Amino acid sequence: MVPEGLLYSEDHEWIKVGGKTGRVGITHHAQEALGSVVFVELPEVGSRVAAGEALGVLESVKAASDYYSPVSGAVVAVNEELPDSPNLINEEPYDRGWLVELELDDPAQLDKLLTAEKYIELISADGK
Amino acid sequence: MRYVLNTGDDRREMLQIIGAGDIEDLFSDVPPEVRLKKPLNLPGPMSEPDLRRHMREISAENLNLDDYASFLGAGAYDHYVPQIVDQLLLRSEFYTAYTPYQPEISQGTLQAIFEYQSLICALTGMEVANASLYDGASALAEAALMACQHTGKKRVVYSGCIHPEYRLTVQTYLRYRGIELVEAPEAGGITDSQLLEGMVDSRTAAVIIQQPNFFGCLEDAPAAGELAHRSGALFIVMADPVSLGILKAPGDCGADIVVGEGQGLGNQISFGGPYLGFMACSQKLVRRMPGRLVGQTVDKEGRRCFALTLQAREQHIRRDKATSNICSNEAMCALAAAIHMTCLGKEGLRQVAGLSLQKAHYAHRLITSLKGVEPSFSAPFFKEFAVRLTEDPAAVNQRLLKDKIIGGLDLGRFYPGYSGHMLLCCTELRTGDEISRLAAGIGGMKND
Repeated sequence: MVPEGLLYSEDHEWIKVGGKTGRVGITHHAQEALGSVVFVELPEVGSRVAAGEALGVLESVKAASDYYSPVSGAVVAVNEELPDSPNLINEEPYDRGWLVELELDDPAQLDKLLTAEKYIELISADGK
Repeated sequence: MRYVLNTGDDRREMLQIIGAGDIEDLFSDVPPEVRLKKPLNLPGPMSEPDLRRHMREISAENLNLDDYASFLGAGAYDHYVPQIVDQLLLRSEFYTAYTPYQPEISQGTLQAIFEYQSLICALTGMEVANASLYDGASALAEAALMACQHTGKKRVVYSGCIHPEYRLTVQTYLRYRGIELVEAPEAGGITDSQLLEGMVDSRTAAVIIQQPNFFGCLEDAPAAGELAHRSGALFIVMADPVSLGILKAPGDCGADIVVGEGQGLGNQISFGGPYLGFMACSQKLVRRMPGRLVGQTVDKEGRRCFALTLQAREQHIRRDKATSNICSNEAMCALAAAIHMTCLGKEGLRQVAGLSLQKAHYAHRLITSLKGVEPSFSAPFFKEFAVRLTEDPAAVNQRLLKDKIIGGLDLGRFYPGYSGHMLLCCTELRTGDEISRLAAGIGGMKND
């Protein structure tokens, strides 16, 4: 479950870029490892984040895990559906389970991210 | 579940199954050069009657509250504990129960804690309460940390009228976290409201008061709450749970977090512990709350049951991102408090508070009418009050002890400006005769 047309980080986030903004979420691999998500801590709209910096926390029944930004930018939107329905992250990690929308500081940072093919290599090496 | 000792046969059988010759074999990986080669320097076993005699001799070296009437408060209170509390605590299911991490075999304990949490919410007027913390002092420190975590700010303003030892504990907990602790000074036995206002700003995570405060005086809680919220800070109230039988609930005064020392509810003074920290907060703060939390749910057959919940808050999951590293609670003390509150009920709690209030005010009138005794403050008070004496409080207390009265606290010990002042406490247990003897003992002092 690794869609084409998205870029991936080594921390198991995906980013879908459209113009100057990008939508970020966690991958199917990540949500499976996390377990049922019960709570999402989302960043404030307007806050800034650097590539690799934590955006917030995902809490499941057995773990509390930071999720990171694949690129530097400003938070322009957060998924308002998540506080009431955190399960969307498990059920539709690439669609309705998206986390944050960012305005990119520097599109060149995208070159450092992984393609779907490279990401598949990464998680296969993990030994699923 | 019964608690029965292993017999010699049981031990032999266990050793045989694991293939060990005797108990010593189990320590074979400890290098011989670090092993103690002689018996420990402890007295030998005693028969039960001898042991009882021995323990009674030791405990007789202390004064006890059955023989002495105590007018000492300052954080530990001689309120009556109904016999039913101890009677129920002694039930082996409660007395020997351990931590309820396996809900399948811990429903009794979990339900008792859930009821305790519910009672604390009702008493404080708050939405959520945890399963308890070690004591009032550490609960206060945890509340301060909670506020800093929630607001992301690093400055806490607290009243200088909070119990000095609670303030010390907060300082200890906050010391290496880069949090600025600001103390609003006392004036006339309550927090100086003007100075407090000047100290609270947009960098402040929390404003903290104690109600009634260390001097027994009543603070303007709603005003402090409004001040906090105007600046975007949380309002933390440290409350005397017994006083809540009569005072307005902190939840109705705008408190975001309520903490306190629960000893006054069903727990003996016990020479300082074990005590009971209670904590309650608004729903929006529940994920920041440290400690255990018992929740109500249904099992797979739809029957109501209880389990520890929201465990992802705790340090064994969240690690350094948790609010605190506490992963325990004071189950027995919390249970005692729950039985006590249930036994007294709303009316009983109101009566205890009312009697304490009346007797303290009667004592205050009697004692301040003595020659040479002045009230320290004019602010309204609950069950404690301070008076200025013309004799050293230590000398007065020595005299009182001879009449089997434990006198009050020398305030000079914590507040140099109030040296020569004594903090007295009067609970519902103090009789008219005891109060008269207190007055006589104080009145017998030399007046210049």
